[in-house]
Amino acid sequence: MRSLDNPMILREIILDHYEYPRNRGLTDDKDYIKINMNSETCIDDIDIQVKIEDGVIKDFRFDGEACAISTASTSILSELIKGKTLEEAKYIIEQYNNMIYEREYDEEILEEAIAFKNTSKQANRIKCATLGWNGLSQIIDEQKVGEPHD
Amino acid sequence: MLDVEQVRKDFPMLSVSMHDHPLIYLDNGATTLKPQSVIQAICEYLSSYSANAHRGDYDLSHRVDETFENVRQKVANFIHAPKKENIVFTYGASDSLNLVAYGYGLTHLQEDDEIILSFQEHASNTLPWFDVSRQKGCRIQYVTLDQDGQITLEHIKETINEHTKIIAISHISNVLGYLNPIKEICQYAHQKGIIVVVDGAQSVPHMPVDVEELDCDFLAFSAHKMCGPTGVGILYGKLNLLEETSPTRLGGGSNSRYYKDGQVTLKKVPAKFEAGTPNIEGVIGLGSAIDYLTQLSMKEIHEYELSLRRYAVDQLLQLDNVIVYNPDAQGPIAFNIKGVFSQDAASLFNTYGIAIRAGHHCAKLLDNYLETNTTCRASLYFYNTREEIDQFIEICKKGDDFLDAFFG
Ligand SMILES: Cc1ncc(COP(=O)(O)O)c(C=O)c1O
Repeated sequence: MRSLDNPMILREIILDHYEYPRNRGLTDDKDYIKINMNSETCIDDIDIQVKIEDGVIKDFRFDGEACAISTASTSILSELIKGKTLEEAKYIIEQYNNMIYEREYDEEILEEAIAFKNTSKQANRIKCATLGWNGLSQIIDEQKVGEPHD
Repeated sequence: MLDVEQVRKDFPMLSVSMHDHPLIYLDNGATTLKPQSVIQAICEYLSSYSANAHRGDYDLSHRVDETFENVRQKVANFIHAPKKENIVFTYGASDSLNLVAYGYGLTHLQEDDEIILSFQEHASNTLPWFDVSRQKGCRIQYVTLDQDGQITLEHIKETINEHTKIIAISHISNVLGYLNPIKEICQYAHQKGIIVVVDGAQSVPHMPVDVEELDCDFLAFSAHKMCGPTGVGILYGKLNLLEETSPTRLGGGSNSRYYKDGQVTLKKVPAKFEAGTPNIEGVIGLGSAIDYLTQLSMKEIHEYELSLRRYAVDQLLQLDNVIVYNPDAQGPIAFNIKGVFSQDAASLFNTYGIAIRAGHHCAKLLDNYLETNTTCRASLYFYNTREEIDQFIEICKKGDDFLDAFFG
């Protein structure tokens, strides 16, 4: 069995990011764009801060009250997209959503995020596994609107 | 004695499975399952005497009228209201509470008046009062809870002052599940001319309720939490107060006359509140639910549930990894598995076919008190069994494996 398919390993990845979330804790720095994500149907409630410079994600921070699935998936996201351009980040998010919604996806690029590939079997957890990802996606989309079109 | 095995056969939902396990439904605080007789009563209306109420001059419509008004009488009997005119049909407990807040509160409260609420109140008994008091320049006061989170008459007395006009409080809280001393509160409040609004959404389905004995001024509850369909609520009110209450929706069926200059003569209570075609099949289903509960006996339902709850709590208290927030209450059991976020716990139960809820339970103010932001809630009904509780306890023991649920 490939290690990618071993539920024990995937479980370890999630547990590790839940117990030791990366990039957790917010900053007062005004250069960060902030968004609050609290899903209407569940109780997760997280704040996300992103610092974007010259179209590159320089930093990603988050904090809040959230379950293991949304905490770990946001933590993994934070590591994946740091230093990526907005285009690259968009591609990664798209691949992640493809995986979550059982479409063809680029496994390589998702790295540890593939720990969530079984989410579709737990339909009530999709909202948890995508909360942070949707937050970043919203921030990126808003960036686009603000850009000059010339 | 309640014959639970027999009772269970009346509920088609109890043979459904969830996540490949037989369903164990412990989310009765959210809504209850429906017995076949209720389903049949609704189907019968839809398939053999469908017509509007209060409108037609033909046989079918007459039958609808009779059945519909009959349910009003059944509700009155069920809660020991003096007359069927005390009973207003609404679209749910939330709708009933909104009717009191906007129809009575908004028209009677004045600047500087105070409304007493508790931290246990459901959003539906909190937000309308926030809005009304904002509009009228009133203040909200919260009654202090004692150590266990209970409301006592003493605390109510401390919170009352000469500005207090309304106390709006649940009979049984949907989070902490304590039975509040409504009768004593009403007695005291009435001496001071204060109106008591009772949210009975979690009490009326589970125990005998007698509004004359409680002497409450208003009582709100929902059909769907007592074996009836969704979309029907009840507001009981004392007649003089209902007469003083303004309808919050106007339209067909609630007026007797109106003229082009804008003059309107409203019908009497309760018709003046019931503009528009009501949820007829819903009300008919409610009537059938009341028949069902009455035939089982509310007293026996209550006793059975209390003993089942005790059975569950006693086992939970023996588990080192579980915290129970309200062991000695009556209603829902509020608990957490240590170190497991409530949503993750609910997910774990789900994989074993057990429906419980995680969250704030629409009582976000309570967080301050419990020192935890979210809890799991298991809420029982008379069709739950000790065997179901045993299985629920087994899953509590597995708490640490909550991530298995994600891969299960
Ligand atoms: C105590 C309490 N009050 C009010 C409500 C609102 O009832 P409904 O959603 O049927 O309007 C509920 C139901 O969740 C409740 O538990």
